[in-house]
This record gives sequence, C-alpha cells and structure tokens, in this order.
Amino acid sequence: MRAKLVLWVLIFMTYSGISQTIEVCSTCRITSLSQGIAMANPKDTIVVKKGTYLEHNIKIDKPLVIVGNDYPVIDGQFKGEVMTIISDGVTIDGLFIINVGTSYTEDYAAIRVKKSKNFVIQNVVLEKLFFGIYLEKSSYGKVYHNKIVGDAKEEYNSGNGIQLWYSNHIEIEHNYVVHVRDGIYLEFSDDCLIKNNVSSMNLRYGLHFMFSNNDIYKNNTFENNGAGVAVMFSKKIKMLNNIFRENWGTASYGLLLKEINDAEIIGNTFEENTIGINIEGSNRIVYKHNNFIKNGWAIKVRGATYSNHFIENNFLYNSFDLAYNSKVNDNSFDMNFWSNYTGYDLNKDGIGDVPHRPIKLFSYIVNKTPETIILLRSLFIDVIDFSEKVSPVFTPDNLVDKKPIIKRIAW
Amino acid sequence: MLKILKYSFFDLMRSRWSYVYFSFYLLLSFVLLFLNNDLSKAIITLMNVIIVLVPLIGSIFGIMYYYNSREFTELLLAQPLKRSSIFLGQYLGVALSLSMSLVLGLGIPFGFYGLFKSNIIWDFALLLITGTFLTLIFSALAFSMGLNNENKIKGFGYAILLWLFMAIIYDGVFLMSLIMFEDYPLDKLSLVGIMLNPIDLSRTLILLTLDISALLGYTGAVFKQFFGTNLGLLISFAMLSVWVVVPIWRITYKSKKKDF
Repeated sequence: MRAKLVLWVLIFMTYSGISQTIEVCSTCRITSLSQGIAMANPKDTIVVKKGTYLEHNIKIDKPLVIVGNDYPVIDGQFKGEVMTIISDGVTIDGLFIINVGTSYTEDYAAIRVKKSKNFVIQNVVLEKLFFGIYLEKSSYGKVYHNKIVGDAKEEYNSGNGIQLWYSNHIEIEHNYVVHVRDGIYLEFSDDCLIKNNVSSMNLRYGLHFMFSNNDIYKNNTFENNGAGVAVMFSKKIKMLNNIFRENWGTASYGLLLKEINDAEIIGNTFEENTIGINIEGSNRIVYKHNNFIKNGWAIKVRGATYSNHFIENNFLYNSFDLAYNSKVNDNSFDMNFWSNYTGYDLNKDGIGDVPHRPIKLFSYIVNKTPETIILLRSLFIDVIDFSEKVSPVFTPDNLVDKKPIIKRIAW
Repeated sequence: MLKILKYSFFDLMRSRWSYVYFSFYLLLSFVLLFLNNDLSKAIITLMNVIIVLVPLIGSIFGIMYYYNSREFTELLLAQPLKRSSIFLGQYLGVALSLSMSLVLGLGIPFGFYGLFKSNIIWDFALLLITGTFLTLIFSALAFSMGLNNENKIKGFGYAILLWLFMAIIYDGVFLMSLIMFEDYPLDKLSLVGIMLNPIDLSRTLILLTLDISALLGYTGAVFKQFFGTNLGLLISFAMLSVWVVVPIWRITYKSKKKDF
C-alpha cells in the first residue's frame, strides 16, 4: 500500500514536472521572462502574455518551451544580446524582440543558440536588430516562419539576419528577412536545408555561403539585394527553384559562384540582374532548367572554370547571354533555348540545324574596354558580331551549342 | 509658310511613296505582333529597325522631294514670298508626312493588339518620339544637302553617305578610338561621342529602357549619373532637339543666300 502511494506521488511529481506551465505577465506573480526561466523546471512551458518586457541577456539554460501570446514585446533597450540559448531542446515561439545592442567587438544577437541541439525558433518577429538569429556550433534545429526587419545603413555597423556558424543539420524555412547586412549567412555549416524564404533589400547578400557543404536551398526569393547571392568555397550545394531578381549594380550578381565544386543549379529564375550568374573557379556544376530573363549578362565566366554543363536552360532577351574572359573553354552547352538564335529547323525535330554561338565578339570588347558598352545594339556592332560568328577569332571556337532548341523550353 | 506646308503635305499625301512607307510599317508591326503576340518583344525588334531605317528613308525622301519640287520652288520664288518660308514649308511638309506614316503605321497595329491596356505604353511612346525626331533630323539634313548641291547625283550621294556615316562608320571610328585610348578615363568622352550622332543618341534612349541592367554594370560615376537617373533622358532629348534646330537653321540661312 505504502509502496503504491509512493509510486503515485512519484508519478504525479514527474507528471507535473513535465507539463507545468508558468505564466509571465505584468500583473502575474512572475513579471519577467528571466524570472520565469529561473523558476521553471526542465521541460516546462512559459507563456508570455501580451505586454512589453524590458529585458536583455536572458539566458535559457534548460529545455523549455517559451510561447508568446499575441506577440509580447521583449525590448533589449540596445543594451546587448537579448536571448541566449545554451541548452538542448528549447522552443521559442511567437515573441517580438526589438532593440538589440550594437557592438563593434561582439556580435550581439536577438536570439543566439550556443552549442545546443534540437531547438525550434518560430513565429518570431525581430526589429531594430544587430544580428538576428545567431546559431553557434548548434545542430539539428529549426528556424521557421520568422520575420526579420532590420534598418541597416552601412555594412560595417550592421549584422546578419540569420547567421549559422559551425552549425549543421539546420532547417531554415519560411522566413522573411529584409534590410539587414546578409539576409542568411552560413559559415562552416553543413547539411542545412533553406527553403521558401524571402530575402530582399539587404545591404550585401541575400544569402551567403562560406565553407559550407552539402546544403540545399530551394524555392527562395532573393530580390533587390546589394550584391545578390554569394556561394563561396563550398562543395555539393543544391540550388533549386529559387528566384533571383533585380540585383542591380556594378558589383551585383543574381548569383555569385566562387570556388564551388560539384553543385547543382536547377530550375532557378534569374530576372533583370546586372549579372545573372558570375562564375569564378567553379568546377563540375550542372545548370539545368534555369530561366535567364532580361539580365545584363546572363552568365559571366571569369576563369578557372571547368566541366560545367549547361543543359536545357532558357536564355531570354539578355543584353549578353554569355561572357568569357579567355579563349579556353572546357564547359559544355547543350539543348538550350536562346532567344537570339538565328538558325532554322528544316527537319522539324525541334532542334536547330545550325549550331549556336552564344558568345559575341562585342562581349569580349566590353570586357576589355567597359566604356564601349555604350555602343550596345549599334548596327556596326551587329556587323562585327556577325563576322565573328562566321569565323571566330577572339572568342573560344569550341564554345557552341550544337543542339539549340527552337522553342522555349517548358518543364 | 503654312500654306506651302499644306500644299507640300497634301502633295505628298497623294503620292504613292507615302502609302508604301505607311503600309511597310503597318505590315511590319502586324507581322511582328502576329508572330509572337508579345508587345514588348515586338517593340524591341521595331526599335532596332527604326534607328536604321528611319534615317535612311528620311534622307532619301527629303533629297528626292527637294529635287523633284524644284520647278515648283522656282515658281514660288518668283512670288513675293519669304525664302525661308518656302523652304521651311516644303521641309515640314515632307517631315510631317513621313512622321505621320510612321506614327500611324506603327500605332494602328499596336492599338489593335491592346497597347492602351498594357504597361509598356511609355516604351512605345518613346519609340514613336525617337522615330519622329530622326525623321525631322534626317530630312532637314537632306534638305540642306540639296541646297548645297545643284547636281542631283552629288546631292543624293552625299545624303546616302551621310546616313552610312552616321549609322555605321561613325560607330566603327568611335569604337576604335575607345579601344585605342582605353588607358585613359573614357566615360565623359564616350558620352560626348554619342551626343554628336543623332542615331547613337536615339539608340541610347532605347538602351535606357531596354538594357539598363547591363549599363549599370560599368563602374564609372559619370555613367552612373547619366544612366541611373532621369538626367540621361533629359539630356538626350535636349540634344535631339538641338539636332533638329541646327539643320533647320542651316536651311533658312542657306536659302537666303542661295542664287537660283
């Protein structure tokens, strides 16, 4: 009998330990989030009611679920970091965090996850921030449906929206990041999935990869960023069905590839960028089913770029489809649609009978003397382009699409 | 002057060539629109056609009309009329009838294909404006060529040569000089270079609407100011107007002095 009672008590205690809910509001017993965290047991839920909480340096050191009701405001008063997670299994849901401190020596973040696993950060709104969500040596987490609105003016005193540093297996999904330095930044982070995000009007890059391998990003929209999207020094990245739009400027790209190997770039749309894709030192990349629409340069190849395959892409009304800065070519172009293809298809198999040379002499001239861009679409330029097309002298002579498609490719 | 303008204008309206010119544009734009049904793509093609063809037709028509109406001119000169109004009237008659063929020939098909409901109406307006400007400029140049040369063959030759120079040779020389002096800062020079050629000037106007993303790829600050703001548009239009005014002034000046 006594043993049974002890058992019941034990069960009750553990049960209450799991499901205990702590409420935080201005009129409750507990009036601040840090107080609530201090009082909570592991696996408790803290419900933060609507209101404004002037708090910073909130440390979450046990597995908790922190839920905001109607977006309570956590105001960091520009005093430093707002929340730091140093425990596994933390969930943060529905908070509105503002006024993160700015520092030139430390990267203060609205929410920092430090050496933790299995965290979820969702439905969070961040404004007036330095760094937004900073994941540091953390893995197996989820960053879902957050809205990050910065007010970055200069690169040197602004931070990134979502930053990953040595963090693996992270899912970043349905976030909206605007007006920060880099929208999403990955450094030394492998096996991450970045999906359905919108990253626009950022000072530098919409998405930025450094030394991160085996990552996938798909269905994202990158628009109007200072320098587009940069993928650098990374291997085996999959870039699928993203939209890169209106990245205009002298050093602006839809997508910048630098030292990228074995990547797949499939189903993306590059529209009205100064340079659609800028490729530098990148090897064994497959470009398939991409749309290049009305870019200044659809693809600019800078050098040390080998074994890239461009298959079944649409090149539509770009000022230049392709630019090379050398005569060497080891990349292949096959079965693409080129809107300025002038050949014909007599046997009606959908493939042009005359090979297409996507590179124009003029793009070579512009590369050497940039001011000549002003002669674009001149009749004289058309004449010399035509003569170069007939017998290539300055441009790589093996650079041809032998099977240009006659109609725009749909997939 | 208005009366002479009216006579010249209606004379040309009755002529076969106006109809040919008109129906050429009508057919061209109908075919373009029929083939791809995409208004903005048709506009790009037409822009390429217009900057080459309009100056050519303008010069040939202008010089042809000048020489053909010589007897009429001599008759008019015997009357108590101002010389400048005789020649200006004739010139405006030619230029306006050509512009009208252009505007109607392009406008009607695009109107049919729903131009007024689309958002590219500004691009199309730009197309018509540059076309009209080029007509005005090149027929004025042709008229002053005619006033300079009694010999028909010479006059024709010069007019066609002028077109060839402006449309092709100038750009060749321009390109070569840019490549030759590539070690120097060239952005101001290249902007001045386009100002001096009305065909290049209209081409720039077209670039501003079509290839702005490529143009912004170049690092020069002057370029950026010119292409990135409305300044480029304003300056281009101002220069085009100068290009109209100068040959017309030359026509009046020449016609006053010329001995018939």
